[in-house]
Amino acid sequence: MRFLLIEDNSELAQSVSDRLKLDGHAVDIAGTLADASACLQGAEYDLMLLDIMLPDGDGVSFLAQHRATNNNTPVIATTARSAISDRVSVLDAGADDYITKPFDFAELEARVRAVLRRRGGVASNTFHYHGMVFNPLNATVSFDGTDFVLRNRELRLLEILVSTPERIFSKSHLYDRLFSYSEEPSDNAIEVYVGRLRKKLEGSQVLIETVRGLGYRITHK
Amino acid sequence: MSPTLQKSGSLRRRLLLQLLLAAALLSTFMYLSVRAVAEKAAEATHNNILGASATSIVEQLRSSNGEIVVDIPYSAFSMLGSISDDQVFYRIESDRETLTGYEDLPLPDATLEIDDPHYYTARYKSVVIRATAVRRVIPIAGKPKSVIVAVAQTRFGQDAIASGVANTAALLGVGFFILTGLLSWIATNNTVKPIRTVAEKITRRGPQDLRPLDHPVPQELQTLVDSLNGFIGRLRGTLRRTETFIADAAHHVRTPLAIVRTRAEIALRHAEGDDARQMLRSVIRAVDESSRSATQLLEHATVSYRSDQVSHETFDVSLMLQDVMGVHEATAELKDLVIHADVVQAVSLSGDRVLIESAVHNLLDNAIKYSEPDQHIDVTLQTDGADCLISICDLGRGLAGKSQADLTQRFERGSNVTDVVGSGLGLTIVEEVAHLHQGSFEILPRTGGGTCTSLRLPLSR
Repeated sequence: MRFLLIEDNSELAQSVSDRLKLDGHAVDIAGTLADASACLQGAEYDLMLLDIMLPDGDGVSFLAQHRATNNNTPVIATTARSAISDRVSVLDAGADDYITKPFDFAELEARVRAVLRRRGGVASNTFHYHGMVFNPLNATVSFDGTDFVLRNRELRLLEILVSTPERIFSKSHLYDRLFSYSEEPSDNAIEVYVGRLRKKLEGSQVLIETVRGLGYRITHK
Repeated sequence: MSPTLQKSGSLRRRLLLQLLLAAALLSTFMYLSVRAVAEKAAEATHNNILGASATSIVEQLRSSNGEIVVDIPYSAFSMLGSISDDQVFYRIESDRETLTGYEDLPLPDATLEIDDPHYYTARYKSVVIRATAVRRVIPIAGKPKSVIVAVAQTRFGQDAIASGVANTAALLGVGFFILTGLLSWIATNNTVKPIRTVAEKITRRGPQDLRPLDHPVPQELQTLVDSLNGFIGRLRGTLRRTETFIADAAHHVRTPLAIVRTRAEIALRHAEGDDARQMLRSVIRAVDESSRSATQLLEHATVSYRSDQVSHETFDVSLMLQDVMGVHEATAELKDLVIHADVVQAVSLSGDRVLIESAVHNLLDNAIKYSEPDQHIDVTLQTDGADCLISICDLGRGLAGKSQADLTQRFERGSNVTDVVGSGLGLTIVEEVAHLHQGSFEILPRTGGGTCTSLRLPLSR
């Protein structure tokens, strides 16, 4: 996906951009509202991450203006200010959602997914792999003309594995990406979700392989 | 609680007392002057009659054969009888010898001018009399001889008239006093009225109404109202700065935390080895803890700051609840939690929306945090008489025997939650919000495991 990140703190902007790139997203950074307008004129974005406090103006009024010109790029407002009082004004101005800094990227992803789902989806986000069609937005996987609904953790697991097929992902890597940092899941938690996902993929050409001592990978029959 | 101001007298009473004192002085003065004028007038009339009586006798004096002959006319005494029934005395004297009349009737000490009646008051037969004396010179045998005619009358009638006049004057004075007292009371009330109007205008204001006072006031109150408006302005400035400060403080704390957290996530992705991973995970956890504490501390500050000026907007609780659930949808989804909503539609409530939303936000956040993956959370909204009841139930780990009183204390957390990020302020906030709205908050273990929290809020206040 292509993000436009509007954030005046360059250090934070850089790290957020680096972090999103790790998940394979493309990110443009705008440090001011003027830069943001220039970016929006030159390119199409799947989503805008908008800081509501910027040096050359208020993100809320920028958002209202932006919506008034019929630009429909989905917007998630980011705020480091007191959450409750800002929330209503941000949503009223036309933001699709808001998230408070510092945020968990898994949560951001979940919010992005929810926003895009509400907006009707982005087709390019579908994965095709050996007869399996995986749509993370709708949380569905289909093969042989049948749709299966994935639960969130199954979806995220499949998303990680399918991002680079045949690559072995270590258990600890999956653990870090699937569970929040405050959770202390049991040792076999990963096995549980792998097991569930395998069950859903039964009958397809795709299978999840356990590589003893190394981890898991997605491959095909 | 506002301290009771010590009263330094009442303006109304002070004004009224001064006006009444003035009225009393004026009434007394009026009484005295009416009496004095009346007495003077009565005395002048009496003098005139006495004078006329004496003069009419003097006119009848003549000499005959070297002797003084007096022929007292009837009218001389009858005119005196016409004003009262008082006793009349007379004396005619020449050369210290009484020719006729009462020999002991006192005569004035002063030398009398010829034909000029002299009026005086004296005691005679132990009563007070009013008298007049006229001297005339009559030639007797070619020699001028001085004759004095004195006429006197007791003063009972005069005194009766005087006391009648005095009574009337007293009645007049009292009437005057009552009338001016009444007028003073009306005038005082009218004068003090603008002060009371201004006070009522201020008292009737809503707690968040910090507009300057623009009600027209008398010139004398203008200074007071001006300084009051100045004070309101400063208060508004302070409150706005407090709000901005809370928001800015959050910004300054959270931005660097966001950098640390993001960097740590990136580092974790590249980390090799379990030690490094564990370390980075604990860094992220610590950041989450601090961010959570900062959020809750500031939210708590917002609640405390707002507690003095709870706003009263009317809003739909069901919409607000759906809003808050929408916000939590993503975090619930991350744990594969399903939120079941059983919400009555269109429940209008008058209260501070920001505060109530913050309370519900905290309750739902707790329910999500303490649920196990794949469970569900029940959110219900009911109306119960004049109240609405929001309850949020989870199937999570429960309260581990801790009571509500323990859990709602500041920075107090459950004994079974060390693995979950929290600040120990969430339920404190919820309880304060409930109290500020004259509602109540209850947290109970759910039968079959889990926790039920319920927030009861009156629909209108």
